[in-house]
Amino acid sequence: MSAGPTPGSPMADAATATAAVEPIPPDAVPEAAGAPSPRGPGGVPRRREWLLTDAPASRSQAAWGRRYQAWLAFRRNPLATVGLAVILVMLLLILLAPVLATHDPGIQELGNRLAAPSAQHWLGTDELGRDVWSRLLYGGRITLGMVVAVVLLVAPLGLLVGCVAGYAGGIWDRLLMRVTDVFLAFPRLILALAFVAAMRPGVESAVIAIALTAWPPYARLARAETLTIRRTDYVAAARMTGASHARIVLRHVMPMCMPSLVVRVTLDMSSIILTAAGLGFLGLGAQPPLPEWGTMIATARRFILEQWWVALMPGIAIFAASLAFNLLGDGLRDVLDPKQR
Amino acid sequence: MIDIQNLDIRFGANHAVRGISFHVGAGETFGLVGESGSGKSTVLRAIAGLITEWTGGIAVDGKALGRRRDRAFFRTVQMVFQDPYGSLHPRQTVDRILSEPLAVHGVKDADARILRALEEVALPRAARFRYPHQLSGGQRQRVAIARALVADPRILLLDEPTSALDVSVQAEVLNLLADLRAARGLTCILVSHNLAVVAHLCGRLAVMQGGRIVEVLDEAALRAGKAVHPHTQDLIRLSHTLESA
Amino acid sequence: MSDPSLRGEPLVAVRNLHVAFPSATGVTQAVRGVSFSIGREKLGIVGESGSGKSVTGRALMRLLPASAQVRADALRFGTTDILAASEREMRSLRGGRIGLVLQDPKYSLNPVMTAGSQIAEALRAHARMGKREARDAALNLLESVKIRDPRRVHDAYPHELSGGMGQRVMIAMMLAPNPELLIADEPTSALDASVQSEILSLIEEQVDQRGMALMLISHDLPLVSRFCDRVAVMYAGQVMEELPAADLHKATHGYTRGLLECLPSLTEKRDRLPTLRRDPAWLAPHA
Repeated sequence: MSAGPTPGSPMADAATATAAVEPIPPDAVPEAAGAPSPRGPGGVPRRREWLLTDAPASRSQAAWGRRYQAWLAFRRNPLATVGLAVILVMLLLILLAPVLATHDPGIQELGNRLAAPSAQHWLGTDELGRDVWSRLLYGGRITLGMVVAVVLLVAPLGLLVGCVAGYAGGIWDRLLMRVTDVFLAFPRLILALAFVAAMRPGVESAVIAIALTAWPPYARLARAETLTIRRTDYVAAARMTGASHARIVLRHVMPMCMPSLVVRVTLDMSSIILTAAGLGFLGLGAQPPLPEWGTMIATARRFILEQWWVALMPGIAIFAASLAFNLLGDGLRDVLDPKQR
Repeated sequence: MIDIQNLDIRFGANHAVRGISFHVGAGETFGLVGESGSGKSTVLRAIAGLITEWTGGIAVDGKALGRRRDRAFFRTVQMVFQDPYGSLHPRQTVDRILSEPLAVHGVKDADARILRALEEVALPRAARFRYPHQLSGGQRQRVAIARALVADPRILLLDEPTSALDVSVQAEVLNLLADLRAARGLTCILVSHNLAVVAHLCGRLAVMQGGRIVEVLDEAALRAGKAVHPHTQDLIRLSHTLESA
Repeated sequence: MSDPSLRGEPLVAVRNLHVAFPSATGVTQAVRGVSFSIGREKLGIVGESGSGKSVTGRALMRLLPASAQVRADALRFGTTDILAASEREMRSLRGGRIGLVLQDPKYSLNPVMTAGSQIAEALRAHARMGKREARDAALNLLESVKIRDPRRVHDAYPHELSGGMGQRVMIAMMLAPNPELLIADEPTSALDASVQSEILSLIEEQVDQRGMALMLISHDLPLVSRFCDRVAVMYAGQVMEELPAADLHKATHGYTRGLLECLPSLTEKRDRLPTLRRDPAWLAPHA
């Protein structure tokens, strides 16, 4: 990034120009008349008014108003809304898998191997004659479940390690970051392999293995953010309130690290799915006959030229899920920043 | 009220403050004047406990202070920062910003106190649930002042509280600070590069240069131009030329 | 570089300039009908934050964000119509015939290039010049902005320079292509008072020597009036009053008077500072 001379940096200049405008508080929020109640006889318009009022009467009203405005801001981003919709549809599909599945995902029909899509098998069958559509639905439970579990393990761990290292500095920083470096130095799949090999192969082991290899970048990211945040006046001001270090890290520093972390998480979704698939392919992740999207592709690789649909269907599912998470993450980042609203 | 003895601050090779001493009486407002790099803000941050790399003596209310400050200290001493854009958490509403010190100190009637603090600094109630970026510069500095005062401190450290503000807003904030000081009997230390601002609020002031106090004088002597040290004389001359323009 | 046919005509002509920024929550009118012209003189544009003074300066260089809606009856630099000029023409104006000095050299200088190479780059962007030649010219420029040790500063990185020194480098860089107009947007508000007047004196001297025009944008009314020929006072996107700098103490407009009076004074003791009463009539669109 060049912060160069005049002609070199129209971006930076543009940014300062808008900052310099500083309009009278840019609230186009309609004024609410009187003291509207949430359950007024007016129904929906009254509730909207209550949510969008310029002068909330209570803390909870203000909080709900903020949430509503965040939702409105989110809705203004069509791509993010699409992402959210895709994810919701997927969740619905996998929750209703027992209803929607046409076959038992485990039942083999060896006489009907690698069948093309038909009325009987909507998306065809795989190399053991199992119905791909049904396996896709049940597989989503495992794949998406693994992704969510990994993220729930990784993001808080990375955030905590990074923020503590960045905020405490000195010996703590060096210690935590060297540990992070050690984890970062191993190739991801190899480290995961070692962990799974030491444990019992299975979905849970795969989740823990992936989580162990995925957290270091999060810690690095959170630390980098924290290093700039801890120098700010608002953190000094928080210290002046007499708050403990734990309180400052949890309540003042971490929220500022969230946006970049959210983006990073959503970008990582697809690679987590792929790592899970890799482990499954090596026989160390989801164990057959469990359907799992990555494993499904891995096994279908052998007949990808003749019976392409077997690999294509889970491929589409992974692609759609990854893309939807990315779009959602982009929208979330904007919403998480109140300045963007 | 505040007693500084032979305060010395080093950051590695940078010797920022070189053995300064001064005393601020209860109810007094003491000014620290100097150009950037003179060490005036560093002194203030050391008193506030935001800097630990100091040697010498800092005593508040007769009690000598160590590097680490306890919670009671932050109930006595509060600080207002220079940049109201930077000193308010960008993701916290005014309400949250003001309730933070109350929560830390376990103060009971938080709601009533927040409303009173907003009133005291003449902010409309509608500002309570706004984010800092939705407020003007002057309003932000009022929020910062309200945050400093919400837990009833007796000492207020002011680090260039108006230099990031427009002159019309500066006048309002200076008046507000004078009113609050009188109403609450606050003891203040005001750091500023602007002699006129310091003369307006402070009874006594110290002029700093290169980490040392070169001269301590009172407001009357300053206004009368009875400074002895050449650096003080330079600052006064500069201030006069700007004013007479 | 200057066009002889322009003599007598103002260098900059702005008539009825409007700038608006649409956003999700409505349209912000940043500049509402500003008119002025600059000949070979020093014009100060003074106003508080949000008055539209910086936006006016940037509109002149077409450096506003793409979302900005700019319209004007006339917005001319020399013979160039800025509203209609191609991006290519604008590039030769910016940093060529118009120089811009910004508030904080910490942010406007490239941190990974030495001061000298940044000046040399500015030189070579607008004139064909060899490396050695550019270096000599850069050293000359550094000398002309009163840097005592040009060789040291030439090879120094921005973080090794003080604020005042950085601003001198910035000015040298902007003077490199011999511009006809220098726009200085709060050039000294990040600096100490003693350095402030040195920098402004330097700008004044260079502007006079080179026969340039100067547009000095600042919030500091007394400071600007010391270094400018004329002062335009802006409020809420409009020019409230335009007057010769020497007659500032005779200002009649309530806003100008208010700005002057609310300053604390070193000579005179006042218990309370008079605060500015904002007259709603000031907001009404001017004819």
